[in-house]
Amino acid sequence: MENETPPTSGNGSWSPRIIAFFCNWCTYTAADLAGVSRLKYAANTRTIRLMCSGRVDPQFILEAFAKGADGVLIGGCHPNDCHYAEGNYKMLRRFQLLKRMLKDLGIAEERFRLEWISAAEGEKVKSVINDMVKKITALGPLDLPGKVADWDREMTEPAPAVESAPVETEVAHA
Amino acid sequence: MDKVNGNHDVRIGFYVCNCGTNIAAMVDVQAVAKYVAALPNVVVSRDYKYMCSDPGQELIQKDIKEFGLNRIVVAACSPLLHEHTFRSAVEAGGLNPFFFHMVNIREHDSWVHTDRDEATAKAKALARAGIRRVARHRALEVKKVPVHPDVLVVGGGIAGIHAALTLAKSGKKVYLVEREPSIGGHMAKFDKTFPTLDCAACILTPKMSEVGAHENITLWSYSEVVKMDGYVGNFKVTVRRKPRYVLEDLCTGCQECISHCVYKEPKFPDAFNEHLGKRKPVYIPFPQATPQVVLIDPEVCLNFRRGVLTDKCKKPCVEACGDRKAIDFKQKEELKEIKVGTIIVATGFKTFDVGRMPQYGYGRYPNVYTALEVERLVNASGPTAGDVLLRDGHHPKSIGIIHCVGSRDKNTNRWCSRVCCMYSMKLAHLLKEHTEAEIYNFYIDIRAPGKGYEEFYDKLLEEGVHFIRGRVGEVTDWAFIPEEEGKLVIRVEDTLAGVVRRIPVDMVVLATGLEPHADAQNVRRLFNMSCGTEGFFLERHPKLAPVNTFTDGIFLAGCCQSPKDIPDSVAQAGAAAAEALVLIDTGHIEQEPNTAYVVEAECSGCKSCIPLCPYTAISLLPDKKKAYINEALCKGCGTCVAACPSGSIVQNLFEDAEIFSEIDGLLEPTSV
Repeated sequence: MENETPPTSGNGSWSPRIIAFFCNWCTYTAADLAGVSRLKYAANTRTIRLMCSGRVDPQFILEAFAKGADGVLIGGCHPNDCHYAEGNYKMLRRFQLLKRMLKDLGIAEERFRLEWISAAEGEKVKSVINDMVKKITALGPLDLPGKVADWDREMTEPAPAVESAPVETEVAHA
Repeated sequence: MDKVNGNHDVRIGFYVCNCGTNIAAMVDVQAVAKYVAALPNVVVSRDYKYMCSDPGQELIQKDIKEFGLNRIVVAACSPLLHEHTFRSAVEAGGLNPFFFHMVNIREHDSWVHTDRDEATAKAKALARAGIRRVARHRALEVKKVPVHPDVLVVGGGIAGIHAALTLAKSGKKVYLVEREPSIGGHMAKFDKTFPTLDCAACILTPKMSEVGAHENITLWSYSEVVKMDGYVGNFKVTVRRKPRYVLEDLCTGCQECISHCVYKEPKFPDAFNEHLGKRKPVYIPFPQATPQVVLIDPEVCLNFRRGVLTDKCKKPCVEACGDRKAIDFKQKEELKEIKVGTIIVATGFKTFDVGRMPQYGYGRYPNVYTALEVERLVNASGPTAGDVLLRDGHHPKSIGIIHCVGSRDKNTNRWCSRVCCMYSMKLAHLLKEHTEAEIYNFYIDIRAPGKGYEEFYDKLLEEGVHFIRGRVGEVTDWAFIPEEEGKLVIRVEDTLAGVVRRIPVDMVVLATGLEPHADAQNVRRLFNMSCGTEGFFLERHPKLAPVNTFTDGIFLAGCCQSPKDIPDSVAQAGAAAAEALVLIDTGHIEQEPNTAYVVEAECSGCKSCIPLCPYTAISLLPDKKKAYINEALCKGCGTCVAACPSGSIVQNLFEDAEIFSEIDGLLEPTSV
């Protein structure tokens, strides 16, 4: 049966899982348009529809990463075009703050993306998703749940008497 | 009605639609149904050929009764298409319609992916998220909001006129707002209409006067919408009425003022005649203008200086007006506020700016004309009274008509403007009739799809009009041989004969394409609509909702949506009027219950949410020091919900718990 391969690197069959939050009026509609236009793009995104990008709670993004997402994409209306006047600006503010926090957590910038995609830009849905999948594939799995488990184990188990493991930083090796 | 509430066992019915082969060809629907059947709380899991069909909906209703289902998930097309259908089906089955969730596995899955295994895996993940989410759903009530019966029609071209008349005749009160001093739009400028060669004025003028006289129509010409607030059924619109310096109610349209103006001869370019004719500072745009009211152009009137009143003219116009006292130099612009329930946007188009294609020599060679100029030139009430007299004072003996100027061209506009082939042929016929000149049409393809259109093309061929297939490279006055001296030479590759031709003519007509207005983006923002990439307003669905926009209660008609000819504009205007009537006659709209509310017990009164709301729906209850959301003002964006530090704001239909369960569902590894 077609199992979703769990995010483990190395065997070549891994491919990233991306959670997308799309606003109802622009980006979700654009993704519908991409479908109606039969554009083809990578099957790695799973979309959650919200009324406005302003509804995206930072906790949603953290939850997604914590539950094993390799990337999070947020799609909203272009500046000045928000169906609710300014929800997209509110998202932009949160995005800037959250980006810094995620970086501090060791999550590479390419994994978290905010894009303005209007209802007419089906083509942009395709190019953004393909681009994001490409970049994250190059980065490899994030596996935050695994890391969290490791950290938990480190906290509970006594440290082994060997030299400390080298600090891992994410580097794109595209 | 006895609606199931969320306090007992969750029993989910899951349905995956094959959509013929639209979904089933790329997603293994049986595998999805089998996978979902094993998920917790799922009682029934089926795949069916067409879920949106009557038997599909009945299947859900039957299962609700038979298996005691209290949650339904349908994996099919986009919720924007069929969420309403299935909610109604669920409601008919006896459940609260909001115990339903729709999973998009067509537009977002089967249509956009190429690997069946990947697409199936994605469908499973999306279905699993839907199953998780729906368990959290709660019963909600749809709120009914009354619809104001008045309608605003923006734009008084043929589309706006037809929509306004249709509504007015059915007894609705209509505000028709037109930017120009008269309604009529582009059609009023045309001489004849293809393919029947009806005189445009003869068929348009009666409709215009009907608008002017209709008791249900408030006609505000020379006015613009500057602001729109509110929502479907309850729009508040501000209209700016520009000063004409003539009081509409008092002016009888006798035009005595025009003949008595200190300017004895018309001196200023006349926009209605495409600047080919002249007018005075006080003028009426054209003889059949509606309303029949003159206006004064403060930029050129001697009583003003650069638009500012100086009062230095002798004002013979005021004297001529006499007791009617219709002229008022002190008139100021006025802001009118109206309430309407629905809006029809029919703002039309502009023609392509030929300056963008300098190779055709417009502006450089006087005898190069745009098609709209030629419409005025052949018109009996035009600047030359129908005599085709060129700018250099000659009558043309040979004329070249260049098609697709600013259409079907990667360098300018990629779309076909739909009307140019036909109006070019119409002009060819009219020019031949007026001048007996040799006429050459330069075309890429002749597009004549319409009733009597192809026959018109045949007629032109019989009349001896020449058709040369090829996009014109250049119009030049550089003569190679004596016969070309003093002529405009059209250089073109004749792609049927396979030769490059040089054709000398006396007059060149550029068949300009149709474009969105320069300020279409502002209009779009004003009415909260969307635009396609080319800048025309976007319809809600290209096939099934061609006059609706993404904003409920706002409809489209005419060329502001895409280029179209008069019959199509009229048909679309009728459709838009009918859509408005549906709302008005229903009397109320059902509002999506996705508003937010504050859980008072958890609110700390920090006021973070208050400045975030673009609708000022949130306030602080002074006695309790808690935030309060006015449900009538809340539009359901959820911005405040995301920002609340204590998580005490809840958005119906998009509760935190619902979205978290969706995230968890999406990311849980699929194991079958």
